[in-house]
Amino acid sequence: MPNPILLVENLEKRYDDVHAVRGVSFSVEKGEVFGLLGPNGAGKTSTIEVIEGLRVPDGGRVSVCGLDPQKSPHELKSVIGATLQATSLPDKLRVGEAIRLFAGFYKKTRNPDELLKRFGLEEKRGSFYSQLSGGQKQRLALAMALVNDPKVLFLDEPTAGLDPQVRREIYTIIEELKAEKKTIVLTTHYIEEAEKLCDRVAIIDQGKVIAAGTPRELKQSSANTTRVEVRLSKPASNGALKNLDGVVDARELDGAYVLHCQRTAPAIVALVKHLEAENNELVSLEIATPSLEDVFIELTGRRLRD
Amino acid sequence: MRTILTLAAVRIRITLRNKTFLFFSLIMPLAIFFLYGSVFAKGRAEAVSYLMGPILSFTVMGTFWGLSMQLVTWREQGILRRFRLAPIAPSSMIVSSILANYLLILPTVILELLLARFMYHVTAFGNLVSVFTLVILGITSFGAMGLVVASVTNTMQETQIINQLLWFALIFLSGATVPLALLPRMVQRIGLFLPATYFIYGLQRAMLNNAALQTLGMVLVSLIAWAALAIFISSQLFRWEPEAKLPRNAKLWAVATILPFILLGIWENQNGTLLATSARMMSDRPTENTPPAKGQ
Repeated sequence: MPNPILLVENLEKRYDDVHAVRGVSFSVEKGEVFGLLGPNGAGKTSTIEVIEGLRVPDGGRVSVCGLDPQKSPHELKSVIGATLQATSLPDKLRVGEAIRLFAGFYKKTRNPDELLKRFGLEEKRGSFYSQLSGGQKQRLALAMALVNDPKVLFLDEPTAGLDPQVRREIYTIIEELKAEKKTIVLTTHYIEEAEKLCDRVAIIDQGKVIAAGTPRELKQSSANTTRVEVRLSKPASNGALKNLDGVVDARELDGAYVLHCQRTAPAIVALVKHLEAENNELVSLEIATPSLEDVFIELTGRRLRD
Repeated sequence: MRTILTLAAVRIRITLRNKTFLFFSLIMPLAIFFLYGSVFAKGRAEAVSYLMGPILSFTVMGTFWGLSMQLVTWREQGILRRFRLAPIAPSSMIVSSILANYLLILPTVILELLLARFMYHVTAFGNLVSVFTLVILGITSFGAMGLVVASVTNTMQETQIINQLLWFALIFLSGATVPLALLPRMVQRIGLFLPATYFIYGLQRAMLNNAALQTLGMVLVSLIAWAALAIFISSQLFRWEPEAKLPRNAKLWAVATILPFILLGIWENQNGTLLATSARMMSDRPTENTPPAKGQ
């Protein structure tokens, strides 16, 4: 087995009254896209920022390219690239200046102009940072993260707050990087992002890794959770549906009801009985294979995101 | 080294594009210059010459304002977080900001000297080596004070309040606005605890009495000690993130940077000659009744 490029063991991080990361462990191989999937506040950002050397851990061990972020922060920062969640550049800094400025901090760099071209920012070279759209800012952040040709790329919520079209643009960029065999660690609370982009995923909830594996493995592991989508002749109450035998979660979606069931057959029997009692009729019923969302629901009894 | 130069160059560019920063490094100093030169000194060369010390001190002391604002804004907006991802030491951030300040302030200082020479016909500027040494030391030490302010304040509002308090103390209690000798005795004694007082005194001695560097020992040593302390403390207290908490005794450390001037102030109050010399420089200055030399 090859040496992992990133190794995290029993990582702990506490803030005053919050135990944000509680013994997180995982490893990432070279050339892999690894995702930390979890709801907001699960400890993803704390984990990734400890790895980047931006935060001091309260316990555990981290090794990135053989470096300890606390002992050799300078060396570490030379070999990693990252985009952050809450960050910015000076308003009056031009795009071309920004990337050249950051190129100036590293010994080994890629050609800044080529990076701008590749991320579709060539025409924006002379624009001030403040004039860029959200998507352009994120593309610039990605270009800047690559300026030192990093061995590992960390993307913290790379598409949060972007509209769907821009999100797809960012996916394309990440898929291209994946094709180039870049090692990428990303955090996300979007299921589709994890399913689409990641070779392996660790699901994080309340500071703990509750499941890890390839998206396929994870979905197989929850083979006994199904997603049942029903249409009814009359509206029903979500609460009543959720309390049915075998149902973990129920919600209304575009006029249909989506039930997450741990035991499909009893759930459907219970559903039919319930509808009979309520004088309601089943218009259609569809059983779908589980998604990562279902995996999360099965493990936590909660939905990833409301 | 390359990191420091790159950072300094970018700081200069951004400052020049920012109206607020430009205000403090060019517009305000020139406004003071013309106010003093044309209104207070009525354009008379000898009077302008006496006021050049205070004028230059305004220009130099103002540096702390822009510097602290830039640093706090950058921290508040998460800009420093992005810088922190790159292999940059806090000391590079600090040194580059002071370096940028030299290049932003020195042209204004030179411009003021040239304007004094050609607009108000001031012919003698005293010992220019001393003047420029003091100006550079002043930019360093007042800039470092700005860094200390930035390191102990969390929001722009807080920074502005502290800046204003410091600014008023610096300009009103030091002889920058009203000559020291005209202030009440009590205020003069308080002024002896302020770096600005020594800075202005040094500039006036250099410009009016031709004071060479070796005769300005006390002023130079105290400014150097202050700058060194302030730079050291601000590098210790440097915070990249708005969420980063201040160490409990940080504010105490910040106040401690003024130590050289507390010692000097006590000593000067006991047996110093600064107040007397300062008063002599004022009484020696040409008054309205003294006919201008040129007219004779």
